[in-house]
Amino acid sequence: MKITMKKLALALAVAALPFAASAHKGWLEPSKTVLSVGQWITVDAATSTDPFLKDHNAMRLDNLVITAPDGSKVQPENASTGKLRSSFDVQLNQAGTYKVAIVNSGVSARWEEKGQRKSYPPRGQAFTAEGFAKEVPANAEKLAVTESLTQLVTFATAGKPNDTALKPTGVGLELVPLQSITDLYVGEEAKFQFLLDGKPAADVEVEIIADGVRYRSSVDALELKTDKDGKFAIDWKTPGLYWMSASVSDEKATTAPAKQRRTAYTAVVEVLSP
Amino acid sequence: MRPSPLLKRTPLSLALCTLFAGTAQAADFKIGIELPRLDVAEYHRPYVAAWIEREDRTVAANLAVWYQLKRANAPAAAQMPAAGGAAPAGAAEGGTKWLPDMRQWWRRTGREMTMPADGISSATRAAGVHELNFSSGKAPFPDLAPGQYKLMVEAAREEGGRELLEIPFTWPAAKAAQLKAQGSRELGALSLDIKP
Repeated sequence: MKITMKKLALALAVAALPFAASAHKGWLEPSKTVLSVGQWITVDAATSTDPFLKDHNAMRLDNLVITAPDGSKVQPENASTGKLRSSFDVQLNQAGTYKVAIVNSGVSARWEEKGQRKSYPPRGQAFTAEGFAKEVPANAEKLAVTESLTQLVTFATAGKPNDTALKPTGVGLELVPLQSITDLYVGEEAKFQFLLDGKPAADVEVEIIADGVRYRSSVDALELKTDKDGKFAIDWKTPGLYWMSASVSDEKATTAPAKQRRTAYTAVVEVLSP
Repeated sequence: MRPSPLLKRTPLSLALCTLFAGTAQAADFKIGIELPRLDVAEYHRPYVAAWIEREDRTVAANLAVWYQLKRANAPAAAQMPAAGGAAPAGAAEGGTKWLPDMRQWWRRTGREMTMPADGISSATRAAGVHELNFSSGKAPFPDLAPGQYKLMVEAAREEGGRELLEIPFTWPAAKAAQLKAQGSRELGALSLDIKP
């Protein structure tokens, strides 16, 4: 019985590895976002039922990209991955705003064979055209090939903010802050704009969750929608970390044989008391 | 602030005061900042910043920043932290690490300054009332354009809190006036004496 339980637990753990479980939310938790030059930040990264709760799985750091204020890439220090969260340190040696991002992109296929759901590639493996040709039957039923492009980002500024690291790439869904991303204060309305492939993304639903879910009786997610210019505004009520997320599904896949595309952008920002 | 021997009221300086009293080219701007005596287990002197804000919240003048200057006993090795982060946190910065804790000051002006700032920054100060005297046109106090301003004073203390006080004033003053604000935690009484 004991062994069975162990096996079961192991099977569950494997099944729940990252990239899985869309019900879980990915998050980054920076120790601070407003610092002087030369300071260190430490960042936790995980997926969990609600942002900042360490109750599910560590985030893989393979696709961690840290961009310095001059646009160059910085390597994390002391990166480690535990059961419930990964963590790493970054020294802010340049004046300006750093972008810390987990960038995932890939293609996946789902189909049915004799009533059974199939998928390719297997978890943790990369999509290849050869693998796809080999694994997916030419006449697969209900075949859906989806390209996914997701970014999970947070920011920290040493000294005076700048926006070199924040420049949109023009690919997928991206957030543009209309004030400094590290100048967010209670009592000051903050404005943002979502871009889809570099153009204003209208009518996109944005979910916003404040830190401290564990200590209130409900998640209290704020749900907003971008206007015709892709913009939305938030009037912060309490200081703390906020998780903001949006996604768009369309037919604009760029990698064959994918037809559908899902692009998501999640940002963690810090709101201070004035 | 310990009065400089040069400013002692010798007969000569009294005479000079009398001499200049009638002309009064440079308007006076005198700030009194009270740092309360706090009964706490571990007291660190607060960081304090004083500046002048325009109505649009841009900064017209940086008047003072009191912070922990470079520690005399910081080991030389600690001044260049290894990439692994072996140096004790805070040792390398000479106290600039905590400047962002004066949040409004940091946001409005501090993050654009280089520390130490000549004629503006100095060491932290003990509890008590500290007087700062400025006269217009004499650094760090600029020739302010006529208009509405605010004197801003912010204090932040390690293992303590943060407090921001402001005193709105009109420049130039029509007549001599004393303006006041009262802190409740990290700052005590704040006074501003303006003379035209």
